[in-house]
Amino acid sequence: MGEEVKLFRSWSSPFALRIVWALEIKGIEYEAVFEDLSNKSPLLLQYNPVHKKVPILVHNGRPIAESFVILEYIDETWKQVPLLPKDPYERAMARFWAKFCEDKVLTSIWSAFIKQGKEQEEALVAAAENLKFLEKEMKGKKFFGGERIGYVDLVLGWLANLVSIFEEIIGLKIVDEEKFPLLYSWMQDFAEAPIIRDNWPPRDKMIVKFQALLDAAIASSSSSSSSSK
Amino acid sequence: MAEENKVKLHGVWASPYVKRVEIALKIKGIPYEFAEEDLVNKSQLLLQYNPVHKKVPVLIHNGKPICESLVILEYIDETWKNGPLLLPQDPYKRAKVHFWTSFVEKELLENVHLVVRSEGGEQEKAIKVVFEKLKLLEEGLKDLFQGETHHIDGENMGILDIVLCSLFGAHKAQEEVLGVKFIDPEKFPLLSSWVTAFIEAAVVKELGPPHEKLVAVYQFLRQKTLQASAA
Repeated sequence: MGEEVKLFRSWSSPFALRIVWALEIKGIEYEAVFEDLSNKSPLLLQYNPVHKKVPILVHNGRPIAESFVILEYIDETWKQVPLLPKDPYERAMARFWAKFCEDKVLTSIWSAFIKQGKEQEEALVAAAENLKFLEKEMKGKKFFGGERIGYVDLVLGWLANLVSIFEEIIGLKIVDEEKFPLLYSWMQDFAEAPIIRDNWPPRDKMIVKFQALLDAAIASSSSSSSSSK
Repeated sequence: MAEENKVKLHGVWASPYVKRVEIALKIKGIPYEFAEEDLVNKSQLLLQYNPVHKKVPVLIHNGKPICESLVILEYIDETWKNGPLLLPQDPYKRAKVHFWTSFVEKELLENVHLVVRSEGGEQEKAIKVVFEKLKLLEEGLKDLFQGETHHIDGENMGILDIVLCSLFGAHKAQEEVLGVKFIDPEKFPLLSSWVTAFIEAAVVKELGPPHEKLVAVYQFLRQKTLQASAA
């Protein structure tokens, strides 16, 4: 058929991982192009001049950037194993929760990891509030998509891997099994699904990476607080 | 109209997010009832319909609530297939519209809000960022329209038109209050002619709010900012 599918990704980007999962779940053959984000290739800059980021999907030479945009494109182009439900109301709910996961859950958990002191305390409180909404949404479902992995699961999937890494580094619990039993078991089920399990980036490398990010954040915040305004 | 098919929109007149939904409903010719909410004293109904964000707009269709303006727009497009489409059918063109809509929402809108809500050095920085993003958008429009004139006549506004209109439909009011000209035809010719076109569209004019009211909204927001910093 002459389909050419390329995915520009990095070894650790959780956003690009969403696309890896989507492509593999649908059984779409693709070529992975690994980028060194500290040394971006001319091709990356050409395909995503606006954001200069991964993931970028290139389908028959035409680039698409932004993971949410790519996920919907994939679902519309390759109709097998649908990621979004068929019914417009159910689709609206999936998009609503995906947005919530990105705007609120991701943001608050990232802040809980990267910030210190009062800001961290506030972020942990916000994260817990957000997670409560997800916990409620999970009632009666194995995955957010129902019986099988769907759009929202792919969007939130980073949680199933990164949260334990964050918790290990900062020595604080973010997703407490007792407080969020449904979410916790979702994290296990999702992480153990074959396609997901086979594609996690190496844990030791991730710990090194995120520890370094945290160290840099602490260093820059302490140096700015010691300088006068 | 059957109770089942009833469409109700909970919103406030001043919210551009609510305006997005109203434009979409009008373009599609969907009759609806508007419920003005008091955001200072939120109704039980609003909190019940949108427990997560407690915000407007909320669209109620067949008794079920849908929240988040962009989610609502896609729902409208997928549910009422007669009449103009808000998104292209072709997946690649659709992806481009999604991309630029996301860009306007995340990169432009937040920075314009920052210009309204900040002052001094912080505001100068925010203004600079807005101009950078507008430049990127102007470039993107060239690719999106590919040399064709994007003709807006109020009958064919799409999601990107609607979202941009909800931000820069008030550009004259923004200019008057902030003293910054974002929609500059010399710097951004494509964008400026596009903004002018949708401001003139019948559906947009009909929905308002009129210039004086928009000026008052921006002045109010600006006052709040200046008072907060003086406190």
